[in-house]
Amino acid sequence: MNYNWDWSVFFKSTGIGSEIYLDWFVTGLGWTIAIALAAWIIALSLGALLGVMRTMPSRWVSGIATVYVEIFRNVPLLVQLFLWHFLVPDLLPEPLEIWFKQDLNPATSAYLSVVVCLGLFTAARVCEQVRTGIQALPKGQLGAARAMGFRLPQIYRYVLLPQAFRIIIPPLTSEFLNIFKNSSVASLIGLMELLAQTKQTAEFSANLFEAFTLATLIYFTLNMSLMLLMRLVEKKVAVPGLISVGGK
Amino acid sequence: MMDFSAIIPALPGLADGLLMTFQLMVLGVLGGVALGTVLALMRLSHNPLLSKAAGIYVNYFRSIPLLLVITWFYFAVPFLLRAITGEDTPVGAFTSCLVAFMMFEAAYFCEIVRAGIQAIPKGQMGAAQALGMTYGQSMRLIILPQAFRKMTPLLLQQSIILFQDTSLVYTVGLMDFLNAARSRGDIIGQPHEFLIFAGLVYFSVSFIASQLVKLLQKRLAV
Repeated sequence: MNYNWDWSVFFKSTGIGSEIYLDWFVTGLGWTIAIALAAWIIALSLGALLGVMRTMPSRWVSGIATVYVEIFRNVPLLVQLFLWHFLVPDLLPEPLEIWFKQDLNPATSAYLSVVVCLGLFTAARVCEQVRTGIQALPKGQLGAARAMGFRLPQIYRYVLLPQAFRIIIPPLTSEFLNIFKNSSVASLIGLMELLAQTKQTAEFSANLFEAFTLATLIYFTLNMSLMLLMRLVEKKVAVPGLISVGGK
Repeated sequence: MMDFSAIIPALPGLADGLLMTFQLMVLGVLGGVALGTVLALMRLSHNPLLSKAAGIYVNYFRSIPLLLVITWFYFAVPFLLRAITGEDTPVGAFTSCLVAFMMFEAAYFCEIVRAGIQAIPKGQMGAAQALGMTYGQSMRLIILPQAFRKMTPLLLQQSIILFQDTSLVYTVGLMDFLNAARSRGDIIGQPHEFLIFAGLVYFSVSFIASQLVKLLQKRLAV
């Protein structure tokens, strides 16, 4: 293949200030992590709430959560992102709209949009995991809690949720990894996260194979380390006697 | 206020976009399932080299974003073709994206197919071989037909996800449904209306399809 591999490109100057290309990747990775963590907080808290709602006896309460899940699961992520970034600000009350469009710098407004979008998108998926986790618990748990005289909020807080969350760590891990991967859509509304920085490096330096290889390696390493970390957590918090984790 | 009347004259153009979206999905699913089946057979094979290779493939594609894969292929496929054939081979964005989808989805389909094959009782393979069938024959005639029947709902569910994922070709400027709606909305000056319309169409198609899959799942379960 007549391609001149040049791995030193990452240490070359970008021509902008005193930055080298590697700096771009570091900034990009920083944004990617910042998006993923903030969105995960939204996804986990809202998803837990929705998941509880879906297991409630009230038809209304569970119906609302079902509608939420269906809407957010059946519209492509990118369409949702465009809706949040281009449509929703126009629907806000005027002072907020002006603040979002004029006072914030473009990176901040793009960041807010993508965090809200990814958070709400992933919440629908977390909701389904939480629901499955609660429903997977033995029926006797609910009955026993009732017999102890617990009220419904107490049953969820002290009996169902602590067990359910420990069971669903593996699927929650893959949702967490998905947030990292999905955060790359932010590049399409102009936020310079990892993928956007990679594309920029490829265009500026013309060393596109090196740039894309490095990006691939970063995503890969990130995923593998998070997966290993979560496997440790999973072992640590496994419910004794309920399930066997990682070969007991 | 919103005015959706401009969408009606734009419908033919939007339909073209939707057609491209469906083409990407159908071809992506066919290619993905074919490659995914090969990978699944490799993963289940007793040859450690084959199963390792397939394992690496699946892990690799499952840990990077689809958007990165699309961009990678968009840049790399024409370049690689030039390196292989020695001359400029024009390969459109459509082909690059399609290859990216097939290879990416193959990793996900592989896991579905593998689970499907593993769900078939071991005795089936034994019985096939007792009848004198070779490994290839028993896979092709006995195991795979049953496995595919079992995993049809999952394969369809993954295809619905792929339908939504095709919108990511926006990144290379391919005129799929989302891009058609975005660009028409911008030209006419009503981006919001077109974006909402696009969202509604994606929602209706995926929602109806997933309800049908649920029905099918019930029927197949009997």
